Amino acid sequence: MPQSNIMPGFRPAIGFTLFYLALIVLIPLSAMLLKTFQLSFDEYWAILTDQRVQASFRLSFGASLIAAAVAAVFGFIIAWSLVRYTFPGKRLFDALIDLPFALPTAVAGIVLAAIYEPNGWIGKLVMDGTGVQIAYKPLGIVFALIFIGLPFVVRTIEPVLQEFDTAMEEAAASLGATRLQAFVKVILPNILPAAITGFALAFARGVGEYGSVIFIAGNMPYISEIVPLLIITKLEQYDYPGATAIGLTMLILSFLLLLLINGLQWWVRRRSGQL
Amino acid sequence: MNAISAPSFIASKKLTLTDPDWVRYVLIGLTLGIIGLFLVLPLLTVLVEAFAKGWTAYSSSLMQPDALAAMRLTLLIASITVPLTTVFGVSAAWAIARFDFRGKSLLITLIDLPFSVSPVIAGLIYVLIFGAQGWLGPWFSEHDIKIIFAVPGIILATLFVTFPFVARELIPLMQEIGHEEEEAALSLGAGGWQTFFKVTLPNVKWGLLNGVLLCNARAMGEFGAVSVVSGHIRGLTNTLPLHVEVSYNEYDFVGSFAGASLLAALAVVTLVFKTVLEWKQNQDKRLKAKG
Repeated sequence: MPQSNIMPGFRPAIGFTLFYLALIVLIPLSAMLLKTFQLSFDEYWAILTDQRVQASFRLSFGASLIAAAVAAVFGFIIAWSLVRYTFPGKRLFDALIDLPFALPTAVAGIVLAAIYEPNGWIGKLVMDGTGVQIAYKPLGIVFALIFIGLPFVVRTIEPVLQEFDTAMEEAAASLGATRLQAFVKVILPNILPAAITGFALAFARGVGEYGSVIFIAGNMPYISEIVPLLIITKLEQYDYPGATAIGLTMLILSFLLLLLINGLQWWVRRRSGQL
Repeated sequence: MNAISAPSFIASKKLTLTDPDWVRYVLIGLTLGIIGLFLVLPLLTVLVEAFAKGWTAYSSSLMQPDALAAMRLTLLIASITVPLTTVFGVSAAWAIARFDFRGKSLLITLIDLPFSVSPVIAGLIYVLIFGAQGWLGPWFSEHDIKIIFAVPGIILATLFVTFPFVARELIPLMQEIGHEEEEAALSLGAGGWQTFFKVTLPNVKWGLLNGVLLCNARAMGEFGAVSVVSGHIRGLTNTLPLHVEVSYNEYDFVGSFAGASLLAALAVVTLVFKTVLEWKQNQDKRLKAKG
Protein backbone atom coordinates (compact mmCIF):
# COMPACT_ATOMS: atom_id res chain seq x y z
CA MET A 1 0.00 0.00 0.00
CA PRO A 2 2.09 2.87 -1.27
CA GLN A 3 -0.47 5.64 -0.78
CA SER A 4 -1.17 4.93 2.89
CA ASN A 5 2.28 6.23 3.80
CA ILE A 6 1.28 9.78 3.02
CA MET A 7 -2.56 9.75 3.02
CA PRO A 8 -3.86 10.70 6.44
CA GLY A 9 -7.01 9.66 8.28
CA PHE A 10 -7.23 5.92 7.66
CA ARG A 11 -7.84 5.01 11.31
CA PRO A 12 -10.68 7.49 12.04
CA ALA A 13 -12.31 6.85 8.65
CA ILE A 14 -12.30 3.04 8.87
CA GLY A 15 -13.11 3.22 12.59
CA PHE A 16 -16.23 5.31 12.09
CA THR A 17 -17.26 3.27 9.03
CA LEU A 18 -17.10 -0.03 10.90
CA PHE A 19 -18.74 1.41 14.02
CA TYR A 20 -21.67 2.86 12.07
CA LEU A 21 -22.01 -0.30 9.95
CA ALA A 22 -22.18 -2.44 13.09
CA LEU A 23 -24.60 -0.12 14.87
CA ILE A 24 -27.13 0.41 12.07
CA VAL A 25 -26.86 -2.78 10.01
CA LEU A 26 -24.93 -5.70 11.48
CA ILE A 27 -26.10 -5.76 15.11
CA PRO A 28 -29.79 -5.27 14.25
CA LEU A 29 -29.61 -7.96 11.53
CA SER A 30 -27.92 -10.41 13.90
CA ALA A 31 -30.74 -9.76 16.39
CA MET A 32 -32.99 -11.49 13.91
CA LEU A 33 -30.61 -14.44 13.67
CA LEU A 34 -30.48 -14.78 17.49
CA LYS A 35 -34.26 -14.56 17.77
CA THR A 36 -34.64 -17.40 15.26
CA PHE A 37 -32.08 -19.51 17.15
CA GLN A 38 -34.38 -19.40 20.16
CA LEU A 39 -36.69 -21.64 18.16
CA SER A 40 -36.05 -25.36 17.83
CA PHE A 41 -35.59 -26.59 14.27
CA ASP A 42 -38.98 -28.34 14.41
CA GLU A 43 -40.70 -25.11 15.43
CA TYR A 44 -38.90 -23.23 12.64
CA TRP A 45 -39.85 -25.89 10.12
CA ALA A 46 -43.48 -25.89 11.26
CA ILE A 47 -43.67 -22.13 10.67
CA LEU A 48 -42.18 -22.40 7.19
CA THR A 49 -44.28 -25.36 6.05
CA ASP A 50 -47.53 -23.73 7.12
CA GLN A 51 -49.89 -23.63 4.11
CA ARG A 52 -50.41 -19.86 4.28
CA VAL A 53 -46.67 -19.17 4.53
CA GLN A 54 -45.89 -21.51 1.63
CA ALA A 55 -48.58 -19.88 -0.51
CA SER A 56 -47.11 -16.42 0.15
CA PHE A 57 -43.56 -17.56 -0.71
CA ARG A 58 -44.81 -19.13 -3.94
CA LEU A 59 -46.67 -15.92 -4.80
CA SER A 60 -43.81 -13.54 -3.95
CA PHE A 61 -41.16 -15.51 -5.82
CA GLY A 62 -43.44 -16.48 -8.73
CA ALA A 63 -44.76 -12.95 -9.33
CA SER A 64 -41.25 -11.48 -9.02
CA LEU A 65 -39.87 -14.02 -11.50
CA ILE A 66 -42.54 -13.28 -14.11
CA ALA A 67 -42.31 -9.51 -13.55
CA ALA A 68 -38.50 -9.55 -13.80
CA ALA A 69 -38.67 -11.55 -17.05
CA VAL A 70 -41.18 -9.09 -18.58
CA ALA A 71 -39.12 -6.14 -17.28
CA ALA A 72 -36.00 -7.70 -18.87
CA VAL A 73 -37.66 -7.80 -22.30
CA PHE A 74 -39.22 -4.33 -21.96
CA GLY A 75 -35.97 -2.95 -20.55
CA PHE A 76 -33.95 -4.36 -23.43
CA ILE A 77 -36.27 -2.74 -26.00
CA ILE A 78 -36.12 0.62 -24.18
CA ALA A 79 -32.33 0.53 -23.75
CA TRP A 80 -31.85 -0.39 -27.42
CA SER A 81 -34.09 2.46 -28.65
CA LEU A 82 -32.50 4.99 -26.30
CA VAL A 83 -28.93 4.09 -27.28
CA ARG A 84 -29.26 3.31 -31.00
CA TYR A 85 -32.05 5.55 -32.30
CA THR A 86 -32.90 9.23 -32.18
CA PHE A 87 -36.46 10.39 -31.67
CA PRO A 88 -38.10 13.52 -30.29
CA GLY A 89 -38.12 13.80 -26.49
CA LYS A 90 -35.49 11.09 -26.11
CA ARG A 91 -33.56 12.82 -23.30
CA LEU A 92 -36.75 13.47 -21.36
CA PHE A 93 -37.80 9.83 -21.64
CA ASP A 94 -34.31 8.73 -20.65
CA ALA A 95 -34.50 10.82 -17.46
CA LEU A 96 -37.99 9.47 -16.76
CA ILE A 97 -36.71 5.86 -16.62
CA ASP A 98 -35.52 6.46 -13.05
CA LEU A 99 -39.00 7.49 -11.87
CA PRO A 100 -39.68 4.18 -10.05
CA PHE A 101 -36.42 4.74 -8.10
CA ALA A 102 -37.41 8.24 -7.06
CA LEU A 103 -41.17 7.87 -6.59
CA PRO A 104 -42.08 6.78 -3.03
CA THR A 105 -43.48 3.25 -3.13
CA ALA A 106 -46.74 4.22 -1.39
CA VAL A 107 -47.43 6.73 -4.16
CA ALA A 108 -46.67 4.14 -6.83
CA GLY A 109 -48.99 1.73 -4.98
CA ILE A 110 -52.09 3.95 -4.85
CA VAL A 111 -51.54 5.24 -8.39
CA LEU A 112 -51.19 1.77 -9.91
CA ALA A 113 -54.28 0.62 -8.00
CA ALA A 114 -56.21 3.63 -9.35
CA ILE A 115 -55.15 2.87 -12.95
CA TYR A 116 -55.70 -0.89 -12.94
CA GLU A 117 -58.75 -1.31 -10.67
CA PRO A 118 -61.90 -2.48 -12.51
CA ASN A 119 -63.13 1.15 -12.75
CA GLY A 120 -59.69 2.64 -13.49
CA TRP A 121 -58.49 4.03 -16.81
CA ILE A 122 -56.82 0.85 -17.99
CA GLY A 123 -58.49 -1.61 -15.64
CA LYS A 124 -61.90 -0.80 -17.19
CA LEU A 125 -60.55 -1.04 -20.72
CA VAL A 126 -59.04 -4.48 -20.10
CA MET A 127 -62.05 -5.65 -18.08
CA ASP A 128 -64.54 -4.67 -20.82
CA GLY A 129 -62.34 -5.98 -23.61
CA THR A 130 -61.18 -9.32 -22.22
CA GLY A 131 -62.98 -9.84 -18.91
CA VAL A 132 -59.62 -10.01 -17.12
CA GLN A 133 -59.36 -8.18 -13.80
CA ILE A 134 -55.87 -6.86 -13.04
CA ALA A 135 -56.04 -5.11 -9.65
CA TYR A 136 -56.76 -7.06 -6.44
CA LYS A 137 -55.52 -10.25 -8.16
CA PRO A 138 -52.02 -11.79 -8.42
CA LEU A 139 -51.83 -10.22 -11.91
CA GLY A 140 -51.92 -6.79 -10.24
CA ILE A 141 -48.84 -7.73 -8.20
CA VAL A 142 -46.99 -8.62 -11.42
CA PHE A 143 -47.91 -5.22 -12.94
CA ALA A 144 -46.62 -3.34 -9.87
CA LEU A 145 -43.37 -5.35 -9.90
CA ILE A 146 -42.79 -4.67 -13.62
CA PHE A 147 -43.02 -0.94 -12.79
CA ILE A 148 -40.49 -1.36 -9.95
CA GLY A 149 -38.12 -3.61 -11.94
CA LEU A 150 -37.96 -1.67 -15.22
CA PRO A 151 -35.21 0.87 -14.32
CA PHE A 152 -32.91 -1.88 -12.98
CA VAL A 153 -32.84 -3.58 -16.39
CA VAL A 154 -32.59 -0.40 -18.50
CA ARG A 155 -29.80 1.05 -16.35
CA THR A 156 -27.72 -2.16 -16.45
CA ILE A 157 -28.06 -2.70 -20.22
CA GLU A 158 -27.68 0.95 -21.32
CA PRO A 159 -23.96 1.46 -20.47
CA VAL A 160 -22.99 -1.91 -21.99
CA LEU A 161 -24.81 -1.06 -25.23
CA GLN A 162 -23.19 2.40 -25.28
CA GLU A 163 -19.70 0.95 -24.97
CA PHE A 164 -20.38 -1.91 -27.35
CA ASP A 165 -17.81 -1.83 -30.14
CA THR A 166 -19.75 -1.52 -33.40
CA ALA A 167 -16.65 -2.73 -35.25
CA MET A 168 -17.76 -6.24 -34.30
CA GLU A 169 -21.08 -5.69 -36.04
CA GLU A 170 -19.24 -4.26 -39.04
CA ALA A 171 -17.00 -7.32 -39.15
CA ALA A 172 -20.01 -9.63 -39.01
CA ALA A 173 -21.77 -7.63 -41.73
CA SER A 174 -18.73 -7.50 -44.02
CA LEU A 175 -18.34 -11.26 -43.64
CA GLY A 176 -21.84 -11.62 -45.04
CA ALA A 177 -24.03 -11.92 -41.93
CA THR A 178 -27.55 -10.60 -42.21
CA ARG A 179 -28.71 -8.02 -39.66
CA LEU A 180 -30.61 -10.71 -37.75
CA GLN A 181 -27.58 -13.03 -37.71
CA ALA A 182 -25.34 -10.21 -36.50
CA PHE A 183 -27.84 -9.44 -33.74
CA VAL A 184 -28.23 -13.04 -32.56
CA LYS A 185 -24.59 -14.10 -32.87
CA VAL A 186 -22.66 -10.91 -32.09
CA ILE A 187 -24.76 -8.36 -30.20
CA LEU A 188 -26.93 -10.61 -28.06
CA PRO A 189 -24.10 -12.67 -26.48
CA ASN A 190 -22.39 -9.42 -25.45
CA ILE A 191 -25.51 -7.85 -23.95
CA LEU A 192 -26.90 -11.00 -22.34
CA PRO A 193 -24.79 -10.89 -19.13
CA ALA A 194 -25.96 -7.34 -18.43
CA ALA A 195 -29.54 -8.32 -19.18
CA ILE A 196 -29.27 -11.24 -16.73
CA THR A 197 -27.80 -8.95 -14.06
CA GLY A 198 -30.65 -6.48 -14.57
CA PHE A 199 -33.14 -9.33 -14.39
CA ALA A 200 -31.61 -10.59 -11.12
CA LEU A 201 -31.65 -7.09 -9.59
CA ALA A 202 -35.30 -6.61 -10.57
CA PHE A 203 -36.14 -10.05 -9.19
CA ALA A 204 -34.38 -9.44 -5.85
CA ARG A 205 -36.10 -6.07 -5.44
CA GLY A 206 -39.48 -7.57 -6.34
CA VAL A 207 -39.33 -10.30 -3.69
CA GLY A 208 -38.94 -7.76 -0.87
CA GLU A 209 -41.17 -5.04 -2.34
CA TYR A 210 -44.01 -3.89 -0.08
CA GLY A 211 -45.36 -0.36 -0.66
CA SER A 212 -46.10 -0.47 -4.37
CA VAL A 213 -47.70 -3.92 -4.12
CA ILE A 214 -50.08 -3.91 -1.14
CA PHE A 215 -52.55 -1.38 -2.56
CA ILE A 216 -53.06 -3.30 -5.80
CA ALA A 217 -52.69 -6.85 -4.43
CA GLY A 218 -56.02 -7.44 -2.72
CA ASN A 219 -54.10 -9.11 0.15
CA MET A 220 -56.22 -12.29 0.36
CA PRO A 221 -54.50 -15.02 2.43
CA TYR A 222 -53.49 -18.02 0.28
CA ILE A 223 -54.20 -16.05 -2.93
CA SER A 224 -52.72 -12.58 -3.08
CA GLU A 225 -50.78 -12.19 0.19
CA ILE A 226 -47.06 -11.45 -0.38
CA VAL A 227 -44.34 -12.47 2.10
CA PRO A 228 -43.56 -8.93 3.40
CA LEU A 229 -47.26 -8.40 4.16
CA LEU A 230 -47.43 -11.74 5.99
CA ILE A 231 -44.48 -10.65 8.16
CA ILE A 232 -46.34 -7.47 9.11
CA THR A 233 -49.54 -9.43 9.80
CA LYS A 234 -47.64 -11.77 12.14
CA LEU A 235 -46.05 -8.77 13.90
CA GLU A 236 -49.45 -7.16 14.41
CA GLN A 237 -50.64 -10.40 16.02
CA TYR A 238 -47.54 -10.30 18.31
CA ASP A 239 -46.35 -13.54 16.68
CA TYR A 240 -42.69 -12.43 16.87
CA PRO A 241 -41.19 -15.92 16.33
CA GLY A 242 -43.32 -16.41 13.22
CA ALA A 243 -42.44 -13.00 11.77
CA THR A 244 -38.75 -13.53 12.54
CA ALA A 245 -38.53 -17.03 11.06
CA ILE A 246 -40.18 -15.89 7.82
CA GLY A 247 -38.06 -12.72 7.76
CA LEU A 248 -34.80 -14.62 8.27
CA THR A 249 -35.64 -17.11 5.52
CA MET A 250 -36.35 -14.23 3.17
CA LEU A 251 -33.12 -12.50 4.25
CA ILE A 252 -31.03 -15.60 3.55
CA LEU A 253 -32.64 -15.94 0.12
CA SER A 254 -31.94 -12.26 -0.65
CA PHE A 255 -28.35 -12.65 0.51
CA LEU A 256 -27.88 -15.62 -1.82
CA LEU A 257 -29.33 -13.47 -4.61
CA LEU A 258 -26.89 -10.67 -3.75
CA LEU A 259 -23.95 -13.10 -4.02
CA LEU A 260 -25.29 -14.30 -7.36
CA ILE A 261 -25.62 -10.70 -8.60
CA ASN A 262 -22.04 -9.88 -7.52
CA GLY A 263 -20.85 -13.01 -9.33
CA LEU A 264 -22.76 -12.01 -12.45
CA GLN A 265 -21.34 -8.49 -12.37
CA TRP A 266 -17.83 -9.90 -12.06
CA TRP A 267 -18.57 -12.19 -15.02
CA VAL A 268 -19.89 -9.23 -17.05
CA ARG A 269 -16.78 -7.16 -16.32
CA ARG A 270 -14.48 -10.05 -17.19
CA ARG A 271 -16.29 -10.75 -20.44
CA SER A 272 -16.16 -7.12 -21.49
CA GLY A 273 -12.44 -7.08 -20.75
CA GLN A 274 -12.50 -4.76 -17.74
CA LEU A 275 -10.79 -7.28 -15.45
CA MET B 1 -10.89 -2.60 -59.05
CA ASN B 2 -10.69 -0.84 -55.73
CA ALA B 3 -12.50 2.20 -57.01
CA ILE B 4 -15.42 0.03 -58.10
CA SER B 5 -15.74 -2.25 -55.09
CA ALA B 6 -15.39 0.41 -52.40
CA PRO B 7 -18.76 2.18 -52.89
CA SER B 8 -20.73 -1.05 -53.06
CA PHE B 9 -18.99 -2.24 -49.90
CA ILE B 10 -19.99 0.96 -48.08
CA ALA B 11 -23.55 0.61 -49.31
CA SER B 12 -23.87 -2.97 -48.07
CA LYS B 13 -22.22 -2.06 -44.75
CA LYS B 14 -24.74 0.68 -44.20
CA LEU B 15 -27.57 -1.70 -44.94
CA THR B 16 -26.46 -4.35 -42.48
CA LEU B 17 -25.39 -1.96 -39.71
CA THR B 18 -28.62 0.00 -39.43
CA ASP B 19 -31.85 -1.71 -38.55
CA PRO B 20 -34.55 -1.76 -41.25
CA ASP B 21 -37.01 1.12 -40.96
CA TRP B 22 -39.91 -1.05 -39.84
CA VAL B 23 -37.82 -2.54 -36.98
CA ARG B 24 -36.80 0.97 -35.96
CA TYR B 25 -40.40 2.23 -35.92
CA VAL B 26 -41.73 -0.83 -34.08
CA LEU B 27 -39.05 -0.59 -31.36
CA ILE B 28 -39.44 3.17 -30.89
CA GLY B 29 -43.21 2.68 -30.80
CA LEU B 30 -42.89 -0.04 -28.15
CA THR B 31 -40.47 2.12 -26.13
CA LEU B 32 -42.83 5.09 -26.14
CA GLY B 33 -45.76 2.79 -25.36
CA ILE B 34 -44.06 1.17 -22.35
CA ILE B 35 -42.76 4.48 -21.01
CA GLY B 36 -46.15 6.11 -21.54
CA LEU B 37 -48.11 3.30 -19.92
CA PHE B 38 -45.78 2.55 -17.01
CA LEU B 39 -44.19 5.94 -16.26
CA VAL B 40 -46.07 8.91 -17.76
CA LEU B 41 -49.59 7.67 -17.01
CA PRO B 42 -48.92 7.12 -13.27
CA LEU B 43 -47.53 10.67 -12.95
CA LEU B 44 -50.59 12.14 -14.69
CA THR B 45 -52.92 10.00 -12.57
CA VAL B 46 -51.55 11.53 -9.35
CA LEU B 47 -52.49 15.00 -10.59
CA VAL B 48 -55.90 13.99 -11.98
CA GLU B 49 -56.91 12.22 -8.76
CA ALA B 50 -55.53 14.95 -6.48
CA PHE B 51 -57.56 17.63 -8.29
CA ALA B 52 -60.62 15.40 -8.85
CA LYS B 53 -62.73 17.67 -6.63
CA GLY B 54 -61.08 20.93 -7.54
CA TRP B 55 -58.39 23.22 -6.17
CA THR B 56 -60.16 24.08 -2.90
CA ALA B 57 -60.59 20.44 -1.89
CA TYR B 58 -56.95 19.86 -2.79
CA SER B 59 -55.52 22.76 -0.80
CA SER B 60 -57.80 22.32 2.20
CA SER B 61 -56.88 18.62 2.47
CA LEU B 62 -53.21 19.65 2.57
CA MET B 63 -53.96 22.24 5.27
CA GLN B 64 -55.47 19.68 7.65
CA PRO B 65 -53.54 19.44 10.94
CA ASP B 66 -52.76 15.72 10.32
CA ALA B 67 -51.36 16.46 6.86
CA LEU B 68 -49.26 19.35 8.17
CA ALA B 69 -47.95 17.23 11.04
CA ALA B 70 -47.01 14.49 8.56
CA MET B 71 -45.09 16.98 6.40
CA ARG B 72 -43.25 18.38 9.44
CA LEU B 73 -42.29 14.88 10.59
CA THR B 74 -41.05 13.92 7.12
CA LEU B 75 -38.86 17.05 6.99
CA LEU B 76 -37.54 16.33 10.51
CA ILE B 77 -36.66 12.71 9.62
CA ALA B 78 -34.83 13.79 6.44
CA SER B 79 -32.94 16.58 8.25
CA ILE B 80 -31.55 14.05 10.75
CA THR B 81 -30.92 11.01 8.54
CA VAL B 82 -29.48 12.65 5.41
CA PRO B 83 -26.50 14.35 7.22
CA LEU B 84 -25.68 11.11 9.11
CA THR B 85 -25.76 8.99 5.95
CA THR B 86 -23.63 11.61 4.18
CA VAL B 87 -20.95 11.65 6.90
CA PHE B 88 -20.89 7.86 6.84
CA GLY B 89 -20.66 7.78 3.04
CA VAL B 90 -17.73 10.21 2.95
CA SER B 91 -15.80 8.35 5.65
CA ALA B 92 -16.44 4.95 4.05
CA ALA B 93 -15.37 6.27 0.63
CA TRP B 94 -12.19 7.81 2.12
CA ALA B 95 -11.23 4.52 3.78
CA ILE B 96 -12.11 2.31 0.80
CA ALA B 97 -10.95 4.45 -2.15
CA ARG B 98 -7.75 5.79 -0.58
CA PHE B 99 -6.30 2.79 1.30
CA ASP B 100 -5.69 -0.91 0.75
CA PHE B 101 -6.67 -3.31 3.49
CA ARG B 102 -7.81 -6.87 3.89
CA GLY B 103 -11.54 -7.55 3.67
CA LYS B 104 -12.20 -4.50 1.51
CA SER B 105 -14.50 -6.27 -0.93
CA LEU B 106 -16.41 -7.84 1.97
CA LEU B 107 -16.87 -4.34 3.43
CA ILE B 108 -18.23 -3.06 0.10
CA THR B 109 -20.68 -5.99 -0.04
CA LEU B 110 -21.83 -5.30 3.53
CA ILE B 111 -22.36 -1.60 2.76
CA ASP B 112 -24.61 -2.64 -0.16
CA LEU B 113 -26.48 -5.16 1.99
CA PRO B 114 -29.40 -2.85 2.99
CA PHE B 115 -30.28 -2.55 -0.71
CA SER B 116 -31.13 -6.23 -0.90
CA VAL B 117 -33.00 -6.40 2.40
CA SER B 118 -36.77 -5.99 2.20
CA PRO B 119 -37.88 -2.71 3.82
CA VAL B 120 -40.26 -4.71 6.00
CA ILE B 121 -37.28 -6.60 7.46
CA ALA B 122 -35.50 -3.28 8.04
CA GLY B 123 -38.38 -2.33 10.33
CA LEU B 124 -38.69 -5.78 11.89
CA ILE B 125 -35.09 -5.92 13.17
CA TYR B 126 -35.56 -2.73 15.22
CA VAL B 127 -38.83 -4.04 16.65
CA LEU B 128 -36.93 -7.16 17.79
CA ILE B 129 -34.40 -5.02 19.65
CA PHE B 130 -36.42 -2.08 20.95
CA GLY B 131 -40.02 -3.42 20.88
CA ALA B 132 -42.00 -4.30 24.03
CA GLN B 133 -40.88 -7.94 23.71
CA GLY B 134 -37.42 -7.01 22.39
CA TRP B 135 -34.06 -7.35 24.14
CA LEU B 136 -33.63 -3.70 25.11
CA GLY B 137 -37.37 -2.88 25.13
CA PRO B 138 -37.99 -3.42 28.88
CA TRP B 139 -34.92 -1.34 29.86
CA PHE B 140 -36.00 1.57 27.65
CA SER B 141 -39.61 1.48 28.87
CA GLU B 142 -38.37 1.49 32.50
CA HIS B 143 -36.52 4.68 31.67
CA ASP B 144 -39.55 6.11 29.88
CA ILE B 145 -37.86 6.20 26.49
CA LYS B 146 -40.06 5.23 23.54
CA ILE B 147 -38.29 4.03 20.41
CA ILE B 148 -40.75 1.77 18.63
CA PHE B 149 -44.05 3.47 17.68
CA ALA B 150 -42.19 6.76 18.14
CA VAL B 151 -39.90 9.09 16.19
CA PRO B 152 -36.54 7.43 17.15
CA GLY B 153 -37.69 4.14 15.62
CA ILE B 154 -38.62 5.93 12.38
CA ILE B 155 -35.17 7.55 12.31
CA LEU B 156 -33.40 4.20 12.85
CA ALA B 157 -35.41 2.45 10.12
CA THR B 158 -34.71 5.35 7.71
CA LEU B 159 -30.98 5.25 8.54
CA PHE B 160 -31.00 1.56 7.61
CA VAL B 161 -32.74 1.93 4.24
CA THR B 162 -30.68 4.99 3.18
CA PHE B 163 -27.40 3.47 4.45
CA PRO B 164 -25.61 2.78 1.09
CA PHE B 165 -26.82 5.82 -0.89
CA VAL B 166 -23.87 8.23 -0.50
CA ALA B 167 -21.08 5.63 -0.09
CA ARG B 168 -22.16 3.83 -3.25
CA GLU B 169 -22.02 7.03 -5.29
CA LEU B 170 -18.65 8.22 -3.90
CA ILE B 171 -16.56 5.02 -3.77
CA PRO B 172 -16.37 4.34 -7.55
CA LEU B 173 -16.00 8.05 -8.27
CA MET B 174 -13.06 8.52 -5.88
CA GLN B 175 -11.43 5.32 -7.15
CA GLU B 176 -11.70 6.61 -10.72
CA ILE B 177 -10.27 10.05 -9.91
CA GLY B 178 -7.23 8.58 -8.16
CA HIS B 179 -5.08 10.08 -5.42
CA GLU B 180 -2.33 11.92 -7.32
CA GLU B 181 -3.75 15.40 -6.72
CA GLU B 182 -4.26 14.73 -3.01
CA GLU B 183 -0.71 13.40 -2.70
CA ALA B 184 0.60 16.50 -4.42
CA ALA B 185 -1.27 18.75 -1.96
CA LEU B 186 -0.05 16.70 1.02
CA SER B 187 3.56 16.67 -0.10
CA LEU B 188 3.40 20.45 -0.57
CA GLY B 189 2.51 20.70 3.12
CA ALA B 190 -1.30 20.83 3.18
CA GLY B 191 -3.00 19.27 6.19
CA GLY B 192 -5.43 16.33 5.98
CA TRP B 193 -8.62 18.38 6.33
CA GLN B 194 -7.23 21.10 4.08
CA THR B 195 -6.53 18.49 1.39
CA PHE B 196 -10.02 17.04 1.80
CA PHE B 197 -11.84 20.37 1.53
CA LYS B 198 -9.67 21.96 -1.17
CA VAL B 199 -8.80 18.96 -3.37
CA THR B 200 -11.07 15.97 -2.74
CA LEU B 201 -14.40 17.76 -2.25
CA PRO B 202 -14.23 19.97 -5.38
CA ASN B 203 -13.38 16.86 -7.43
CA VAL B 204 -16.33 14.80 -6.20
CA LYS B 205 -18.89 17.52 -5.50
CA TRP B 206 -21.39 16.62 -8.25
CA GLY B 207 -21.30 12.92 -7.41
CA LEU B 208 -21.64 13.67 -3.70
CA LEU B 209 -24.63 15.97 -4.33
CA ASN B 210 -26.22 13.27 -6.48
CA GLY B 211 -25.87 10.72 -3.65
CA VAL B 212 -27.28 13.19 -1.11
CA LEU B 213 -30.19 13.94 -3.43
CA LEU B 214 -31.14 10.28 -3.90
CA CYS B 215 -30.66 9.66 -0.17
CA ASN B 216 -33.05 12.53 0.58
CA ALA B 217 -35.67 11.20 -1.83
CA ARG B 218 -35.55 7.81 -0.14
CA ALA B 219 -35.56 9.28 3.39
CA MET B 220 -38.68 11.35 2.63
CA GLY B 221 -40.42 8.63 0.66
CA GLU B 222 -39.65 5.46 2.66
CA PHE B 223 -42.80 3.53 3.39
CA GLY B 224 -42.33 -0.18 4.25
CA ALA B 225 -39.66 0.08 6.94
CA VAL B 226 -41.23 3.14 8.55
CA SER B 227 -44.69 1.56 8.45
CA VAL B 228 -43.48 -1.34 10.66
CA VAL B 229 -41.98 0.84 13.42
CA SER B 230 -44.31 3.86 13.33
CA GLY B 231 -47.54 2.55 14.82
CA HIS B 232 -49.51 4.96 12.58
CA ILE B 233 -50.36 7.43 15.37
CA ARG B 234 -52.16 10.38 13.74
CA GLY B 235 -50.40 13.70 14.10
CA LEU B 236 -47.46 12.06 15.93
CA THR B 237 -45.80 9.21 14.02
CA ASN B 238 -47.34 9.44 10.56
CA THR B 239 -44.82 10.53 7.94
CA LEU B 240 -46.17 11.87 4.63
CA PRO B 241 -46.11 8.43 2.91
CA LEU B 242 -47.94 6.91 5.90
CA HIS B 243 -50.47 9.78 5.80
CA VAL B 244 -51.07 8.87 2.13
CA GLU B 245 -51.73 5.26 3.15
CA VAL B 246 -54.03 6.10 6.08
CA SER B 247 -56.09 8.56 4.01
CA TYR B 248 -56.37 6.03 1.18
CA ASN B 249 -57.57 3.28 3.51
CA GLU B 250 -60.18 5.69 4.93
CA TYR B 251 -61.46 6.37 1.36
CA ASP B 252 -60.26 10.00 1.59
CA PHE B 253 -58.89 9.77 -1.95
CA VAL B 254 -58.42 13.51 -2.49
CA GLY B 255 -56.46 13.77 0.78
CA SER B 256 -54.41 10.71 -0.13
CA PHE B 257 -53.57 11.84 -3.66
CA ALA B 258 -52.95 15.40 -2.50
CA GLY B 259 -50.23 14.07 -0.17
CA ALA B 260 -49.05 11.81 -2.99
CA SER B 261 -48.80 14.81 -5.34
CA LEU B 262 -46.25 16.43 -2.99
CA LEU B 263 -44.18 13.24 -2.96
CA ALA B 264 -44.48 12.90 -6.74
CA ALA B 265 -43.29 16.51 -7.10
CA LEU B 266 -40.32 15.60 -4.90
CA ALA B 267 -39.57 12.66 -7.20
CA VAL B 268 -39.74 14.84 -10.34
CA VAL B 269 -37.52 17.54 -8.80
CA THR B 270 -35.07 14.80 -7.76
CA LEU B 271 -34.95 13.44 -11.32
CA VAL B 272 -34.40 16.91 -12.80
CA PHE B 273 -31.51 17.64 -10.41
CA LYS B 274 -30.07 14.19 -10.99
CA THR B 275 -30.03 14.76 -14.76
CA VAL B 276 -28.38 18.17 -14.31
CA LEU B 277 -25.78 16.78 -11.88
CA GLU B 278 -24.87 13.90 -14.18
CA TRP B 279 -24.48 16.35 -17.04
CA LYS B 280 -22.22 18.57 -14.87
CA GLN B 281 -20.18 15.51 -13.87
CA ASN B 282 -19.62 14.51 -17.51
CA GLN B 283 -18.72 18.10 -18.40
CA ASP B 284 -16.07 18.17 -15.64
CA LYS B 285 -14.71 14.86 -16.88
CA ARG B 286 -14.41 16.20 -20.44
CA LEU B 287 -12.68 19.37 -19.23
CA LYS B 288 -10.24 17.25 -17.21
CA ALA B 289 -9.54 15.01 -20.19
CA LYS B 290 -8.76 18.06 -22.32
CA GLY B 291 -6.34 19.24 -19.63
